[in-house]
Amino acid sequence: MRIPLSALIGLILTGIFLFVAIFAQWIAPYAINDVSGGQWEGPSAKFWLGTDTIGRDILSRLIYGAQITIFVALASSLLAFSLGAFLGFLAAVKGGWIDQVLSRTVDLVMAVPSLIVALVMLSVLPLNLTVLILVMGILDSTRVFRLSRAVAADIAVMDFVEAARLRGEKGIWVIFREILPNALSPLVAEFGLRFIFAVLFISTLSFLGLGIQPPLADWGGMVKENKDGLIYGKSAALLPAAAIAALAISVNLVADWILTRTSSLKGGRGG
Amino acid sequence: MHPILKLVVQRIALGLLLLLAVSAVIFLGVEALPGDTAQAILGQQATPEALANLREKMGLNQPPLTRYFQWLGGILTGDLGKALTNGADIATSIGQRLGNTLFLAGCAAVIAVPLAIILGLVAARYAGKWPDKVISGITLTTISLPEFVAAYFVIYIFTQAIPIFQPVAMVFPGMSFWAKLQAVALPVIVLVLVVLAHMMRMTRAAILNVMQSAYIETAELKGLSPMTVIWKHAFPNAIAPVVSVVMLNLAYLVVGVVVVEVVFGYNALGQYLVDHVTKRDLPVVQAVGLIFAAVYIFLNMAADIIGILANPRLRHPK
Amino acid sequence: MAEPLLQIRGLVIEATSYPPGEPPREVTLVHGVDLTLERGKVLGLIGESGAGKSTIGLSAMAYGRGGVRLTAGTIHLNGREIRLADAKALRSLRGREVTYVSQSAAASFNPARQIMEQVIETCLSHGLCGKAEAEARAVGLFRKLGLPNPETIGNRYPHQVSGGQLQRCMTAMALCPKPDLVIFDEPTTALDVTTQIDVLAAIKEAIRDTGVAALYITHDLAVVAQVADEIMVLRHGRMVELGETGQIIHAPREDYTRALVSVRSLEHQEKPPAPPVLQVQNLTARYRGTNFDVLKNVSLDLPVGQTLAVVGESGSGKSTLARAITGLLPPTQGRITFAGRQLSADLKGRTKDDLREIQMIYQMADTAMNPRQTVGTIIGRPLEFYFGLRGAERDRRVQELLDQIEMGKGFADRYPAELSGGQKQRVCIARALAAKPRLIICDEVTSALDPLVADGILKLLLALQAEAGVAYLFITHDLATVKAISDKIAVMFKGAVVRYGQKSDVLTPPFDDYTDLLLSSVPEMEQGWLEQVIAHRRMESAGN
Repeated sequence: MRIPLSALIGLILTGIFLFVAIFAQWIAPYAINDVSGGQWEGPSAKFWLGTDTIGRDILSRLIYGAQITIFVALASSLLAFSLGAFLGFLAAVKGGWIDQVLSRTVDLVMAVPSLIVALVMLSVLPLNLTVLILVMGILDSTRVFRLSRAVAADIAVMDFVEAARLRGEKGIWVIFREILPNALSPLVAEFGLRFIFAVLFISTLSFLGLGIQPPLADWGGMVKENKDGLIYGKSAALLPAAAIAALAISVNLVADWILTRTSSLKGGRGG
Repeated sequence: MHPILKLVVQRIALGLLLLLAVSAVIFLGVEALPGDTAQAILGQQATPEALANLREKMGLNQPPLTRYFQWLGGILTGDLGKALTNGADIATSIGQRLGNTLFLAGCAAVIAVPLAIILGLVAARYAGKWPDKVISGITLTTISLPEFVAAYFVIYIFTQAIPIFQPVAMVFPGMSFWAKLQAVALPVIVLVLVVLAHMMRMTRAAILNVMQSAYIETAELKGLSPMTVIWKHAFPNAIAPVVSVVMLNLAYLVVGVVVVEVVFGYNALGQYLVDHVTKRDLPVVQAVGLIFAAVYIFLNMAADIIGILANPRLRHPK
Repeated sequence: MAEPLLQIRGLVIEATSYPPGEPPREVTLVHGVDLTLERGKVLGLIGESGAGKSTIGLSAMAYGRGGVRLTAGTIHLNGREIRLADAKALRSLRGREVTYVSQSAAASFNPARQIMEQVIETCLSHGLCGKAEAEARAVGLFRKLGLPNPETIGNRYPHQVSGGQLQRCMTAMALCPKPDLVIFDEPTTALDVTTQIDVLAAIKEAIRDTGVAALYITHDLAVVAQVADEIMVLRHGRMVELGETGQIIHAPREDYTRALVSVRSLEHQEKPPAPPVLQVQNLTARYRGTNFDVLKNVSLDLPVGQTLAVVGESGSGKSTLARAITGLLPPTQGRITFAGRQLSADLKGRTKDDLREIQMIYQMADTAMNPRQTVGTIIGRPLEFYFGLRGAERDRRVQELLDQIEMGKGFADRYPAELSGGQKQRVCIARALAAKPRLIICDEVTSALDPLVADGILKLLLALQAEAGVAYLFITHDLATVKAISDKIAVMFKGAVVRYGQKSDVLTPPFDDYTDLLLSSVPEMEQGWLEQVIAHRRMESAGN
């Protein structure tokens, strides 16, 4: 299998981010809330990336930020995925009123931008990690639902699925042996896109002060803390911003590659 | 009734129904979540008597459905209630800010829409060649940036690297149109950057889709000039998908506005919303949320209606 | 002798292919083909898929479809070389000297513009004549091509006219600028057989009356024999044989041409009557949410070990009949008796043996097999499911079945994408056989295949029937296939059986009107057949 350069870069960067997130405690030179320097110090041997608005080591906070950002994004996209894919497959295979109820509910949720729905919900709900993951996961599951329902419905009308039903196969066999193997690659690519969406979403919420709360720190929150420095020419806010962008772009490159591979596999021979 | 009129009426009815359902979710759904408005105002230390008093005063003892219809009736007559935090009339507070939000979004749209269509055309025309690759590469990057990240990079570039703008965008009544334009320059750049990528990618896909049709080959085999092929054969079929792409992305712009307003301290609807979410001021959040939802639903509906109107099969039934 | 209209020498055509998961590869589609066409003559280009016939046809306009490159050779049109001509020169010849009629007029007309605008567009853009004259020409052509309401049909949009009419409109569009050469690329292939004959007759008359030269591309030798003066047989991008039409169909020189000519002559001796394995009584069915019966009171018997061919055009209800028998579409009325027991109308009510004994083979073998399963899994699953075979025993039986369908060792580990079209259909047959069925429903199983490959499948099916005694319900639109395989025939039209009986009875006059129309519309491989049929029909309609 040949991997194009862009996808390779994406894979390596994504790998590095994951590694840093998992081993943050061992890699970070300082503890997350250690005030060990002055305000907005420049890069030095002591603080490789300088210090933040109250003198904490930016590198250490970035590393811990990777952990919390990736954890929350991964948890909510896993939730979105299992919920959305399960219900989407169910709707496609069962059809009838189950499909109607699920599809109309999803239409309703998607009729309003996710950020607005989330803001309305967060004005009432307590702000903690569980709530954030649940809100983001459930909102995002609507998109997974639409995709997996469409993919499964496309496959469910194929002759080989009909052949399996005529053979007398049970629904479980049809879903797991006939439909799922053919739906896998578009769903894997979709998982990448959902993960990016979750990273951007949690960062945005934190930036607005409605996401991850201190003493925990994520990248969106770090941008918020350090944004005033920009006026004085202190670029501390740009580092977490760049981290968000780098993570999103690398995952995007990988997802893009998986998507093109899938579509070329589907392409038949011309006549 | 002409079938096309029937479809349009159906689509409008669906839009209104959706809006009604969304209003119910915003009001009743939020009621169902754990949390209590009276508690939110008085804080955790409030005595049970004080809570009961406040509930009585605010009408919170009435059944939710009754309050929903009171709320809905109020909205239809322009009465959005009062903010919990400062007792200000919500409708008045929204009025001025809505104008500011629309001004910002409008400026961004005026720049982004033609630019996206032109870039989309260029990318489609040179599909697979270097102009397409450059444009696609840049848009893939900007698509990966959340609005606020893009905003701070833009701020850094235009206030520090090349200091030509102010990092805040203040507009106030009585400001001249030109001064207002100058004030919103930076937020507009950010919004354009973010919306452009989506809009351009979708435009490119829509045009490529049309250009691959068999009737385009027929036109080429007629020996028509490339301009005639595009103008007479591609354009009439591409207009519906492209307009619908534009509409969908304008809806996307509505959300982008919220974050960008907060970044630039731009006194408009988005910042007002976020501010009151933080303060847990439910009546304000519900009213503003409904306005954003209404704009979004309206734009999506417009996209669908244009699609219906442009479909020759529906316009000229058998 | 005057200079020929079109002269192609040593034409080489190449393309880049993008096989999934592999690096792109250069492939040669046409290897040095020569071709000469005199003014006013019709040359038929015939071959199976992959022969390069469309690619060669389009080279007469110096056009490479989908990034195809004309890499070597010369193409002279009206005396000048066009392969290397610049874009401007090409624009001036396309649509004026050479025009094109595609297989799918429905896709080739711009859906957003009226037919007339598109028909006269070439005349106007090349400045050949004014709008009024162009429209007069178009109306004249509409009339000549037998379109209804020739004065006003041009005001319609493409989706407002039928497929056969649109195909004639496209012919009018090609003839309107009075070109020297028209390329007909399978213009009747997508049409029903009774529509095909009318369009074919219209095209032939138009060619004769306007004196235009034509390249007529098709896979159907009987069709091209009606219109062409000369026929060129192509295979894998090379010329096999070139000759006068009469010589090609009566005295072919090459083996490959002989095979193509004899492909429809497969004959099958009708079996004597026998007790039925399947009885369908008064079956009526409709799709949910519609108020229209797609099957109307259908009654049929299929004898043990024999073949009942159900023949009809699109919309005749023949595939719906299959769905009703398999239980996918429960009928609203009627009874299905199979092997002496009445079958439940609904799929859910059928026993495992009911399901096992009725198997199905589909038209598109591509979509009938799960692309993520190997041939071994595809054939092995029914063995496992119905007979509980596992491991070595199952593998042994899979290999037996592969031998039965004349595919050798090593296929069990392959995926469907690695097989040719004929091999795929054979695997589907093996999957059906694995269940040891008494009845196999074959739904247009040869329609998507090239004639020679289809022939092989039919022979295999007949051999397997002789061996295993399985009965076939054979659904098809192709009468040649019917003659080749059936013992009994049912002709369906608009959901009802209009003629039914032993093959010899059904195919012997007197006929009902529809069967007569259907039988007489099937192109026969002899010159002048088309004129005879048309003349006969005109006489009859005049007589009425």
